[in-house]
Parts: sequence; C-alpha cells; structure tokens
Amino acid sequence: MSNTGLNTGTQKPRLELKGITKAYPGVLANDNIDLKVLPGEIHALLGENGAGKSTLVKTIYGVLKADSGDILWNGERIDITSPHAARTLGIGTIFQHFSLFEAMTVTENIALGLPGRQNMNDLAKRIVEISENYGLPLQPERRVFTLSVGEKQRIEIVRCLLQNPKLLIMDEPTSVLTPQEADKMFETLRRLSDEGVSILYISHKLDEIKNLCHKATILRGGKYISECDPTVETAKSLAEMMIGTNLTAPKHREAADRGPVRLKVRNLSLDSNDQFGVDLNLINFEVRCGEILGIAGVAGNGQVELLEALSGETLCQNAEDISLEQEYIGKLGPIQRRTRGIAFVPEDRLGHGSVPDMSLVDNAFLSGYTQKGLITGGLIDTQKTTRFANEIVKKFDVRTAGVSHKASSLSGGNLQKFIVGREMMQDPKLIIIAHPTWGVDAGAASSIHQAIIDLAASGAAVLVVSQDLDELFAISNRLAVIADGRLSVSRGVHEITIEEIGLLMGGTEGAGSKREVESVA
Amino acid sequence: MNGFEWFIPVILTVITAATPLVFAGIGELVTEKSGVLNLGIEGMMIVGAVAAFITATLTGNYLLAVVVAALSGAFMAFLFGILTLSLMANQVATGLALTLFGIGLSALIGQDFVGEPVQAIAKLNIGGLSDLPVIGPILFGQDPLVYLSFLMVFLVSWFLFKTKAGLILRAVGDSHDAAHSIGYSVIGIRYAAVMFGGAMSGIGGAYLSLAYTPMWAENMTAGRGWIALALIVFATWKPGLVLVGAYMFGGITILQLHAQAAGLDIPSQILSMLPYLATIVVLVVISKDESRIRKHAPACIGKIFHPAA
Amino acid sequence: MLLKIEKRPESSHSMVYVTPILALLLTVLTGIVLFKILGVDPIEALKNFFIVPINNQYGATELLVKATPLILCAIGLSVGFRANVWNIGAEGQLTLGAIFGGGVFIYFHDVDSVFLLPIMIVMGAIGGALWGAIPAFLKTRFNANEILTSLMLVYVALLLLSLLVHGSWKDPDGYNFPESRIFSDSATMPILLEGTRLHFGTILALLAALGTWFMLGKTLVGFQIKVIGAAPKAGSYAGFSQKKIVWFCLLFGGAMAGIAGVSEVAGPVGQLLPSISPGYGFTAIIVAFLGRLHPVGIIFAGLLMALTYLGGETAQINLGLPVAVTGVFQGMILFYLLACDVLVNYRFRLARFGKAAS
Repeated sequence: MSNTGLNTGTQKPRLELKGITKAYPGVLANDNIDLKVLPGEIHALLGENGAGKSTLVKTIYGVLKADSGDILWNGERIDITSPHAARTLGIGTIFQHFSLFEAMTVTENIALGLPGRQNMNDLAKRIVEISENYGLPLQPERRVFTLSVGEKQRIEIVRCLLQNPKLLIMDEPTSVLTPQEADKMFETLRRLSDEGVSILYISHKLDEIKNLCHKATILRGGKYISECDPTVETAKSLAEMMIGTNLTAPKHREAADRGPVRLKVRNLSLDSNDQFGVDLNLINFEVRCGEILGIAGVAGNGQVELLEALSGETLCQNAEDISLEQEYIGKLGPIQRRTRGIAFVPEDRLGHGSVPDMSLVDNAFLSGYTQKGLITGGLIDTQKTTRFANEIVKKFDVRTAGVSHKASSLSGGNLQKFIVGREMMQDPKLIIIAHPTWGVDAGAASSIHQAIIDLAASGAAVLVVSQDLDELFAISNRLAVIADGRLSVSRGVHEITIEEIGLLMGGTEGAGSKREVESVA
Repeated sequence: MNGFEWFIPVILTVITAATPLVFAGIGELVTEKSGVLNLGIEGMMIVGAVAAFITATLTGNYLLAVVVAALSGAFMAFLFGILTLSLMANQVATGLALTLFGIGLSALIGQDFVGEPVQAIAKLNIGGLSDLPVIGPILFGQDPLVYLSFLMVFLVSWFLFKTKAGLILRAVGDSHDAAHSIGYSVIGIRYAAVMFGGAMSGIGGAYLSLAYTPMWAENMTAGRGWIALALIVFATWKPGLVLVGAYMFGGITILQLHAQAAGLDIPSQILSMLPYLATIVVLVVISKDESRIRKHAPACIGKIFHPAA
Repeated sequence: MLLKIEKRPESSHSMVYVTPILALLLTVLTGIVLFKILGVDPIEALKNFFIVPINNQYGATELLVKATPLILCAIGLSVGFRANVWNIGAEGQLTLGAIFGGGVFIYFHDVDSVFLLPIMIVMGAIGGALWGAIPAFLKTRFNANEILTSLMLVYVALLLLSLLVHGSWKDPDGYNFPESRIFSDSATMPILLEGTRLHFGTILALLAALGTWFMLGKTLVGFQIKVIGAAPKAGSYAGFSQKKIVWFCLLFGGAMAGIAGVSEVAGPVGQLLPSISPGYGFTAIIVAFLGRLHPVGIIFAGLLMALTYLGGETAQINLGLPVAVTGVFQGMILFYLLACDVLVNYRFRLARFGKAAS
C-alpha cells in the first residue's frame, strides 16, 4: 500500500467526470455520477452487480454515449466518441469479458487493438520485450484458445501497455485469476502507478481494494454514494456503503450428522469433444446426504465438462464412473438421472437452464415434467404445469408479472430464483448447482444461499460449483478445487485457508507470494 | 501429340464449368469469413446472369455487362444486408428469400430475352502464344474472366491473410463482440463483405450467360449457387481449396456431359444427377470430422449481431 | 436525429400478427410501382391479381386446389423450421411422394379397389419420408448440412421422375410422350364439389394442419421441437435428443410433402409428368414463414400464396403481364415479412445526436 509519487494537492485530475447520466429503457444505469482520478492514482470504482460500474466504464471508453454530463481529460472538456478516440487520448481498457479472438494468435490479437499497420515480426518482438519487462510472459505465436485465462488477461494488458496509456481501466480483473496470479498482477499495477499511469480499478472485492487502491468511489443503484480512502476504511464499512443495508449472513446449521454417501464419482476421465474444452482427468469425490460440497476453481478448468458429465448431457465412458446410492448411472441420460432424484441448476440461466423465449409455465415443464407428473394421458397437463409454476413463483419469491411471461423478461436474480426453485421443488435427493449467485443482486443471493442450506439440512446432498470463494466458504461443509481437469482431495471448510485454495486453483506448484487474507464481515 | 487431342477440349470445358463456381465461391468465402452466412448465392448469380445478358445484348459491351452483373449482384447482397445486418433478420431465412426473389426477378426481367442468341465473350488471343500446342489454348486462350477468377482467388487470399484490413475482417467473423468493443464497425465491415460476395456471385452469373452457355434461360443457374456453398465447406474456408473444389465440380459436370455426348448406355438423367450426388458425397466426407469443421468455420457465422451497448 | 433499434424486454405479441399484414401491404404498394413500370394500370392489375381469380365459385375452389399442396408442404417444413432443422427440399420430397404414390397405380393399374387410393397416399407419405430420411441420416450420422443435402436431392428427385416417365413408366399407348398412364378412377382423389377440381387432398391438408397444431401444443414431442429450436442447450439440459428431433422433423416434413405430391398426381394432374409442380415445395418455404410457422397461420398464408399463382395466370391472360410476376411477388412478400419482423423483438426509437441539456 504505497502512496509513492502521489501528490494529491496540486495536481489536475487526469480524468474527471461530472454529472454523468445514462438511461436505458426502464433503468437509470448512471444517475448524475462524479468521479475524479489523479495521475498515478489507483482509483477503485466499487459497487455491486448492477450498480452502474460497467455502464460508466463504457462511457469513458467511448463505447456508450452518456445522455448528459461532462468528461474532463487533464482539465479539458472532451467528447469521447469511440474506443479509437479513447485510445488516442491514452485510455486503455481491460474488460471483464475479454475482447479477444480465440482462433487468432497473440500477435494478431494485439495488432487488432493497435491503430494503423504493423509489421507482424516487429510487433512480436515488442510484445516479448514489454511482457518480459513487466513480468507478464507471453508467447506471440500461440493461438488464444490454447491459453489460460490468466494468460489471456496478459494479452489485454500488454495490448494496452503498447500504447503507452495514461489511464488504464480494469473491469473486475481478478474475477478470473487465482489469488496468486492476482498478486502478481497487483505488482504490475503498482509499478505502472509509480510510473505515473492512472488506474481505474473496478471491483466488488473489498480486500483487494483495501490492498491496492489509493482512493475509492462507491456507486449504488446507479448513483454516486461517496469517495473515500479505502486504506482507512474497514471492509465492513466499505461493504455497508456498497450494499446500503446490513445483510444477514446465511444461517448455517451446526455440523450435522453426515448421512450415508449419496453421490460417488470414481476415476471419471472424459475427453472434451470441444477443441476449446478441458479433458477431465481421474476425478474422484463423494457427496453425503445432508452436506454441501463446494468445488472451487478458475473458470475454464473443467467445470463445464464436469457439470455436463454429472447432469448426463455428456455420457461417461463407464457406467461405474458415477453412482447414486449404489446404482451406476454414468451411462444414463438426463431424464433417467432426473427420475432417480437428481436436480440440476446449470451455470447459464438464459438458454441452458431456461428457454428465454418461452413462458415460465413452459420453463417449469422443461425439467419438471417427469418428477412432477405433468404429462397425463400422453398429453401436456397445462393446468397442472401452471399450478407448479405458480407454486415456484410464490415459494421462492420470484418477482414477475405472471407465469405466462417469458423467462427473458425476468431479471437475472429472479430467473435464478425460479430455476433454483423449480429444481428444489422436485424434492431432489441430490442437487447440483453451478454458480448459484453469479450476477445476482445481494438480496436474491442471500435467499438462494439460505434455500441451499435449508435443502441440505432436510437431508439432500448438495454439490455447488462456483468461482466465488466467499460464497463457497459461506455455505459449504467441504471444499475441493478443480484445476486443469483434475479435482483436489476435498477438505472440511474449517481445515482449509483461502491461500491453500488459491495454490490448488493455480495447479499443483503454483508458488505465489504470501498474502494476508482479510475476511469480510 | 495425337493422344492429347481429345484432352484439350475437355480441359477447356472444365475451365468454363468451374469458373462461375470459383467466382461465387470466393465471394461467399469473404462473406462467411466476416461471420455472415448468405444462402442467397443462387439468387444473386441468376440476377447477375440476366443483367449481364441484357446489357451485352443491348450494348454489345461485355466489360459493361460484367460490371452491371457485379453491381446487380452487390445490390441483391445489399438487400440481404439491410435485412440481416440492419434489421437483424434470420440469415438462413433471408438467404432463402433472396434466392426465391432473385429467381422470380430474373425471370421477369429476362422474359423478352429468352432464347435470343448472344456472342460468347471473346477469348484471349496472344499472337503465337495462344497457338502453342496443348498449353497454348489452355494457358493463353481463355476469356478474360477466367484469368480474373484466378486473380480474385489470389487477391482474396492475400487480402485475408496478409493485410490488416483482412485481419480485421476475420476478427469480425471470429468474435463480433470483441471486435465491437475494440471499436471496429462490425456492421459496416459486414456490409462490405456481403456486397463483395454479391458482386462476385453476379460475375459468376455473368459468366454463365455470356461464356458457359451464351444465352438466357430461366433458372439457368441450376443449383450452382448451392454447390458454391458446399464448396466452401469442402475448402474449409481456404481460398486455394475453393479453386481446387470448383475445378473438381467442373470436372464432374463436364465428365457427365461428355459421357452423355459419347452415347454411353446410361440414361442421361442418371449422369445429370452426378454433380448433385457428388456434392452430397463431398459434404458428407468433409463434415464427418465435426471438430475440423468447427476449427475452421468462422465462430460467428450465422449469428445475429446487435450492439447491445 | 437517428433511428435506433433497441431490443424489447419481451417480444411483442401483437406484432406477431401485425407484421404479416404490414408485409402484404408493402408488397401491394411495391406491386403498384412495379405495374406502373411494366406499363399496366395498377388498379386493374391488382384487381386481376387478387379479386378476379376468386370472384366466382370455380375460382374459389381453384384457390383451395392450389393451396392444398402449399399448406401440406409448409406444415411439414414449419415443424422443422421451429426446431432449426432447415429442410428446404420439400420439392424433392413432394416429387418422391408422387413417384411412390403414382408407382402404386402404375403397377396395379388394372386393380379396381377402394384400397388403391389409401395405399397410394400411404406410399406417397412413405416416399417423401424416405427422401427426407436421407438428409436426416447424413445430418445425424455425418454432420452434413441438411440445407445443402436436402436441396441437392431436389435436383436428383426431379431427374429420377424424368427418368421414370421417359422410361419404364411411360404410357404404352401414349404416342411416346413422356407421360404415364392417366390414373383410373379408383386411383384418383374424390372430388368434393361437382364441376370443380376441389378434391379430397384439401381435407387432408386441413387435417394435417389441425393435427400439427395439436402436436405442437399438447404433446411432449411438440414441446421438444419448440425447446430445441429456441434454445438447443436447454433442450439437452432437459434430456431431449437433438438427433431424434432432426429425424422426426425430416421424416414428418418429407411425409407431408409426399402426401402433397401424391395428392397432386392423383388429383388435378391425374398422371405422372416430367414436371408435376410449379415449385410448390419452394413456395411452401414462404408460406411457412408467412404463416409464422403456426398451422393456422399457414392455412391463411397458403391461401394467399395460392392466390398469387392464380392471379399471375389471370393477369397474364387478361393483361398480358408476364407470369414471372408471381415469383417476384412471392419473393417480395417474404422479404418484407422478414424485414418487418424486426418489430417483433425490437422497437425503433428516435435518438438525438449530441447531448441533451443536463
């Protein structure tokens, strides 16, 4: 937490926003927002999902146009009409979802982000130069789809650095990194800050912000809340400013009597048939009745493949690979597994867990018809299905104008509650939930967490796959980590630290620097 | 030399049969590389064919005829662009509509020209070179469009893989969201690619009505636009292989024509089926390896882009 | 000012019904311009196109006769289109239906039995389904694109029919014309209304539409088709087999087109000829979209498209307009429909350049 090179009193802000307002149909995404970033300052933009951070960033980067408000660059009022214009000013952005081209090489990707024509050989040399200089190793000839997420992020950073940025915007950069990789990236950022580059750092992770940033601007519900010095605030005070209310942590039942083993996965190996996919390699674990097993890991390490193997969307090579209460189910399809009492909440709500263009009634039928007996006499029982949909809506507090509305009309949190509800109301013996609260507002997230805990308490076995370590620590009994298609041995949640999880996430020999972990209240 | 006598006309006719496929295929390749699937090649070709024929009949100016064909193909593609790029209509359905519309429109425009003869486009004649035995007529005795077709394959290959603009076009086809967030005009680039594809299809059509069979008849493309689509799958989106594939299909077409002419004891209908059956066989052989197709196909092909801000 | 397109939070219900009508209006407007260019009085031309053909009983029944194969083919195609199975080879499947159904008569032409026609219809359905089975097999087994394979098979089917009527199925008493025997009474669709050509096939088409409506709305397979079309991943999540649906759609589409084929040759055509359809299988694509892939919509769209066929003929006879105008009209209406469909999922908004006062 060095404040080197910062001389806050006298300097003109490098970037200043005054009264930025941007409305979408039905939503005021940015409501009169002010922001000031000084040269060499690492400035946090803090807020929950939906607080308006991304909209503001896109405005600065020229992707969006604000409805009103002023942007000042080194004290001068300017219009940023396009990303090109932003780059010309010296603004570089690393988006949460990378703007990379999977089928192309590192050099080609970087060339696409630079103006004018480049000699590819010279460019490759410069890439190696810069990447070594800043500790961001990259091989210019590799195609992007062969790279890890961390390496992909390096491409984005190098692409920005090649243009000598004055302001670097980073949108949730650590959400895809292991704690150790994140530490390495912080080193790079501190060095850039020392060199006078301003950094606008968007995150909702409080410990990171306390660790890294000089200043923080807090947004909530599209509004500017305050500017503060995160180094003197506590994680709790930051969280309260960010969320606005005090949230109750999920009530965890006491380490209950573990029941018998319900789900058992033995030596599951599976070659991915997608060239961008990950092969599963000798996965072993079991889930007992009444317990919640959490699987942590950086995205793209085999989670998708594991989830599909468990749901039956991909069949295993041997039936014995997966067993549910003594029965081998590795070769059974999704419907057969469902009739044996397995429920499943996939990662992608729209298009995987639900059909966006179909009504909630149809979406209730989608995975509920076998267990809920929604087919009578060979025909779809519309009345019964509607009743089922209404029950879900009522019991799980899904905010919707009615069950005849389409799934796509629901907000992320409400749709997630609907899907979780649909699966839980089938009284599953085992429920597998991927990223239960990803992109969900805090209120919905805590009610989903509570529902998961309650379901386990009632005796069901629960498997949660998530990238969010806070979430996993909050609800799981045991944790395992998936990295490069392999799963670590699981351990009780009280016997493992975030640091150990981080090492596992980075693969076996991920030697990273020590870091104090501040727990969020 | 006698053994080769029969060989020369066969090669020459293979070239004429392949050239329209080269044009249509290379144009659609550029379109698809930008992430757009235009199934309307057949419609753009037939409009190009009729436009070229009418221009040639009325003016006698073949250069103008080819230019008009390219422009009308590009115009058809522009309509496709309005629907799929600006109005975000389904590309498959719109491509079908373009074909149906093109067939109808060409029949209407060309109704007064059916059966009228026109001089075939002139072949090159370079003094002594074209008179050389065997290689003379093959290498130096073609019409200008044949040379243009080879040039286009070369140019497209160079453009796509050696220029920044080509890199950008491929990038748009690989991930339109990424290209948009970097600041490239996805829609603008796609319009250009689609219209280039249309212009090439138009020229391919012009070749049919001015060189292959110098006349105009309704529906004279007879599925060549669709074969050109299959060619691109066959070529796994590589320009050079489009050329190879086109000549292969050209060869099959000519083979069956010669077999019919030779009075082989096979019903002509069976022989006429050959190009279509060959297309199916080739598609099957190439598509069997699903991962290979996926590896080479532009990732965004057929997907609708809406800059959701 | 700038016209901006933004996504509706939920697709508009009313627009689903409004856009086909809007498309029709735009087509008529363009038609007026087109007629002007062709040097014909637009009012007169439109009258000849849309009113004269059906202003008497015979004309009205002819409309149903022409609409019958269109509706049958479109019903079959629409089920596939809903599941993103792009069968565009209905013309070939129709031809195979005619060959299989007609073949029954060719081989049993001296049989006089009430079972002959039903067997022909069943065989027609089987023939069309078999032709649809080829792309289904190639798609599910070899991943070959069904758009291209089903289309290539159209050309193969037409050549096959030509081969047969030029060859072994030629009428022995037919002066060597490439035509089969004329179908006997027991091999011909019963006429529904004396003095017209309205035949039993129309009832089959209506039954097919009703049955499909029921299937899509009330059965599991219908639900699967809709899910796989709208969100394939959600389909595999629910455990629905994509391959089964591909097979189902192509077999069903083929069978419907096959019935259309046999009902043509056993109906208005009355024998096997080298050409038995003026492109019904292709026009059916337009019908399917114009009818919003909905069975009831398809009935209306089929009638409208049938009218363009009749109108084209009438305008040719009365005004000397080229018959190709029909094709242009048909293509245009699909174009406009696809363009107008943007209104279902998106809406237009006027956006101002520059900044509003803050």
